[in-house]
Amino acid sequence: MERKTKKNDILLIVGLLVMALLFSMGLALYRQINTRQPVAVVRIGEAEYGRFPLNVEITETIELSNGAYNILKIENGKADITEASCPDGICVRHWAISKQNETIVCLPNQVVVEIENGEESDVDSMTN
Amino acid sequence: MSTKKIAYLGLLLALAFVFSYVENLIPVSLGIPGAKLGLANLVVVVTLYTLTEKDAFFLSVIRIVLVGFTFGTMASMIYSFAGAGLSFLVMVVAKKTRLFSVTGVSVLGGVFHNVGQIFVAMWALETESLIYYLPVLVVAGSISGVVIGILGAEITKRLMGR
Repeated sequence: MERKTKKNDILLIVGLLVMALLFSMGLALYRQINTRQPVAVVRIGEAEYGRFPLNVEITETIELSNGAYNILKIENGKADITEASCPDGICVRHWAISKQNETIVCLPNQVVVEIENGEESDVDSMTN
Repeated sequence: MSTKKIAYLGLLLALAFVFSYVENLIPVSLGIPGAKLGLANLVVVVTLYTLTEKDAFFLSVIRIVLVGFTFGTMASMIYSFAGAGLSFLVMVVAKKTRLFSVTGVSVLGGVFHNVGQIFVAMWALETESLIYYLPVLVVAGSISGVVIGILGAEITKRLMGR
């Protein structure tokens, strides 16, 4: 009797430790899949237009109702606007973005591309 | 209730109370914030094995109320109730199954004490991110459970032999 309960005790403790380990591994995996994936979030004005993971290479034409457009290209883990209908072209001349909270703004079209869950920029937040 | 039993229960309650106080004064650190040895649980385990479940339950409740009013706050009392309540429930069930020795029961008690507290904290602070802390606290609960269990078994053996 005593022997059996002792064995059960050990099984219980080992079981709990294994469960804790599996649980923490599961959580780490969950975190990696769900939140650590960098995405380019495109907004037109206040509304969200779409989310584009930086690890998938695509070329997306963002068309606005008034016929204006911006072409978003995701390449080598970076998001860039390569062509746009706006007159000043500031968004086109902006460099490709990939770091946390970096943004490309096209003021005439009210299009904003922002990186979420990206790596922290090397430049300190003050300079940003 | 015999006079002897009243005196015995009173003694245990005083002991649990003092243990809680001592632990407040000098926290036995297991290297993890929030993890305690849970000396008061030792008294609950011993009561559970030397007296009845009902006695252990009331001892636990009265201890929490006393400690809460004397050293703690309303919030810390609610956390204690959640932890001790769940822990007590699991320990009674574990004891009833007769599958485990004192150590196994006390390990389950230690683990579920932490589980209960973390769920109340998640609910009170409205953050799910505390769940990341759960595995750490399960390990800590197991360790303190083993210590309390071994001590509890020895004490129970000697008390029953009287």
